[in-house]
Amino acid sequence: MISAPPSTDRTLNLGPIEQIPPGEGRRFQIGNVPVAVFRARDGQVFATQALCTHKAGPLADGIMGAGKIVCPLHSYTFDLATGAPLGHTCKALKTYPVSLSADGDILLSIEGQRPSSREGKQP
Amino acid sequence: MITKQQLVVVGNGMAGARFVEDVLARGGRDRFSITMFGEEPYGNYNRILLSSVMAGSHDPKDIFLNSLGWYEENGVKLHAGVRVGWIDRLSKKVYAPGGVTAAYDKLVIATGSSAFVPPMGGLYDQSGEFKPGVFAFRTLDDCDRMIKYAGKARRAAVIGGGLLGLEAARGLLNRGLEVHVVHLMSYLMEAQLDALAGGMLHRLLEKMGVRILLEKFTTAVLGDDAVTGLAFKDGSKLDCDMVVISAGIRANVDLAKQSGLTVERGIVVHDDLSCRNDTNVYAIGECAQHRGQVYGLVAPIWEQARVLADVLTGGNKRALYTGSRVSTKLKVMGIELAVMGDKDPKREDDEVVTYVEPSRGVYKKLIVREGRLAGAILLGDGLAAPRLLQVFDREDPMLDDRSELLFPMSGEAKTPSVAEIPDTAQICNCNGVSKGKIVAAVKAGCRTVKAVCDATRAGTGCGSCKPQVQAVVAFACDGAVEEDPAAHYYVPGVALTKPALIKAVREQDLRSVSAVFKGLAGGREDLGSKVGLASLLKTVWGKEYEDERDARFINDRVHANIQKDGTFSVIPRIYGGVTSPEQLRRIADVAEKYNARMVKITGGQRIDLLGIPKEKLPDVWNDLGMPSGHAYTKAFRTCKTCVGTDFCRYGVGDSTGLGIKIEKRFQGIESPHKMKLATAGCPRNCSEATTKDIGAVAIEGGKWEVYIGGAAGSRVRKGDVLCIVDSQDDVLKCMGRFMQYYRENGKYLERTYDFVERTGIDALRRLLVDDADGICARLDADIQAAVDAYDDPWTESRKPVHPNQFAGTVAVAGR
Repeated sequence: MISAPPSTDRTLNLGPIEQIPPGEGRRFQIGNVPVAVFRARDGQVFATQALCTHKAGPLADGIMGAGKIVCPLHSYTFDLATGAPLGHTCKALKTYPVSLSADGDILLSIEGQRPSSREGKQP
Repeated sequence: MITKQQLVVVGNGMAGARFVEDVLARGGRDRFSITMFGEEPYGNYNRILLSSVMAGSHDPKDIFLNSLGWYEENGVKLHAGVRVGWIDRLSKKVYAPGGVTAAYDKLVIATGSSAFVPPMGGLYDQSGEFKPGVFAFRTLDDCDRMIKYAGKARRAAVIGGGLLGLEAARGLLNRGLEVHVVHLMSYLMEAQLDALAGGMLHRLLEKMGVRILLEKFTTAVLGDDAVTGLAFKDGSKLDCDMVVISAGIRANVDLAKQSGLTVERGIVVHDDLSCRNDTNVYAIGECAQHRGQVYGLVAPIWEQARVLADVLTGGNKRALYTGSRVSTKLKVMGIELAVMGDKDPKREDDEVVTYVEPSRGVYKKLIVREGRLAGAILLGDGLAAPRLLQVFDREDPMLDDRSELLFPMSGEAKTPSVAEIPDTAQICNCNGVSKGKIVAAVKAGCRTVKAVCDATRAGTGCGSCKPQVQAVVAFACDGAVEEDPAAHYYVPGVALTKPALIKAVREQDLRSVSAVFKGLAGGREDLGSKVGLASLLKTVWGKEYEDERDARFINDRVHANIQKDGTFSVIPRIYGGVTSPEQLRRIADVAEKYNARMVKITGGQRIDLLGIPKEKLPDVWNDLGMPSGHAYTKAFRTCKTCVGTDFCRYGVGDSTGLGIKIEKRFQGIESPHKMKLATAGCPRNCSEATTKDIGAVAIEGGKWEVYIGGAAGSRVRKGDVLCIVDSQDDVLKCMGRFMQYYRENGKYLERTYDFVERTGIDALRRLLVDDADGICARLDADIQAAVDAYDDPWTESRKPVHPNQFAGTVAVAGR
């Protein structure tokens, strides 16, 4: 379910970082693009495509740490910052620029993607 | 800026070059300027493979480990083809011909060894060189010259029937020569084999066409300008036009001796590998003598190189070399041979186990001392070797049934040895990794089994192929596998064994996974270690554990088993597999209401609802009104039962009642890996209790046999009887005791069947039945505490630990 996040030209506000427990990831749906957003214990935030390039495992359900994510289905590992495959030859993950606002809101940029008008209202 | 110390290494063979690699790997380039001297005009090559070059199976260029360019790239100054003439220990300088000098702060001598040439007449020509046709087999140049000469020779004599001699004989035979092996002793390879094994090897080699002369003392090489034959002490002669001397090796210690270092058979070194009378000078490899031993095999030498690199780079200042247990796998002319430790009994109470099959040339011999393997000879059977080597290296307790070690594949189809199978053969059936891929990884530089597994993913699925992966790795690096120290760590990211880790966790009061990373891993988070640490901390601290949910696998965050499409499976607990029409109706209703895509009876006698989305899990649990079946976690899973005494005509014990009690008591008890249990009401064993992690089988007289360490998964193993008890209460008691001991001592993801084998059933009986160490009362109390601490995780449906604990997709909060 998507309600209406205010957005600048390219940046979406996904709401407070506390929606994601420390050290875990959660999946957000941006229009028809599912995105996994991760909150590292050291405060860093990452965003990647939601599904593993190997067999479409749900990456937000994986174990993360030291800037890496392990897919829960077959333990394929990727670099969270670059999306690069680590120790295997699956395709790299798409990554998205993400940061925290001064109030601790997740700010995500998805080039050319908007919540579709059917599911979310544009401000 | 710190000025670099001068590190000089004399010797560029397998010890010296390996040591420099290890120093570089520890960042030694920042601390040392490294200078090396090598007598041969090359980079560094794998001397073990010389015999393969001789045999024509390897090209000389394939055996190089480091080319000359490698030294340059790594800032190592190599004087190739330069023999050091003198060490001045007072001014700390080494001198070589041509005015080459090098000052050192630390000096490492790795001059290796050279062929021992027994005294005999007619060896040399007038210039003092070997007469044409006479060779010692030691260097690449020797090999090259021998190959050239063999091209025009017809009949060769190899002096020395030890390992090297037989390798040389194989090479010459491959090159079409008639080969005679001349041996001084009464049987071949007497250093490694007993007379029986030596005799069998003799016959196998003769079948291949090698002629063997025993108890022959060579007195002279015949021929004026070139070799024409050999003369022996007994007056007999052998016509031949080529002679290869491989009668053993002698440590190259002249340089050390002239420089005033203490030398016996080798250069005498302390445990930190420094020389006895000069702590700035070190010696490693075949020239070093440690605790009276001079090693000639590669594994101990590489261990010395690693220890010395640790000592000098400060990576581990207290690193010590404490000697090696010598074992080796050899291939003598295609005949599989593994030897380790003692070849004959040494003490009166040593137990000797032998199996001999002369027609196939199979001989197996074990020397057992104080319940451990003190030595073994394995001829003609490569399959049993990896297990035996492991048991020997780790000094594991022996199985009571020795035959299980001698015949590891009995009952299963015989698999061919790894050398014989084609490169395309699939070794890892989970990830589809072929033998060729593993060999390629080794060639690309992976030297430990772990490195190979990481690089290829072999063995990372169910893990049952690990022994074969290990065998292929050993084959690919010709027996010179390195052991990964991390193999003994509980988790890869914290350099401690399980007992040491538990001790540190208690001492430093570390109650969360991130506290462990902070306290014991220099603050470095390691994602491969999180789940294992969480399991261990839960066992150590119980309710005092600070539960960080991100250290749990997804299954344990949402208490259900993730499926390939990202949905989950829900298995409620059905105690002892006994259900009711009312319960079945409720399950059916839930399955319909939530569109379970499959309803499945599990192997553990329960009902599985598959295809449930994550966000529906709490509702499904609430509607079921049944406790969690823990089918998703490393914990007590289920106790399968047969119908026991209530209905069965044969039952002698109430297996159903006992199974229900077991499930009620141990539900949710976490452990290093899952525990599947069963109870059987009679020895017909319909519930298959003897192949469960823990099982109980009722026997006549109101008694129960308690089995541990059974398996019927990727491995099949019959459990061992831990004890026979008189009552259901006693069954519960000793099961709980074993569970707690396994919880405390099992490695993460080590199933009970591996744990029981590693610990030994005898040792477990002493500890858990006889209470030899007086730990039983504590184990009983600790498992009771774990039982008391049990909470049904499915109650989190009503009080989630985080508002988004079960969120499939987070709704974007508008503002």
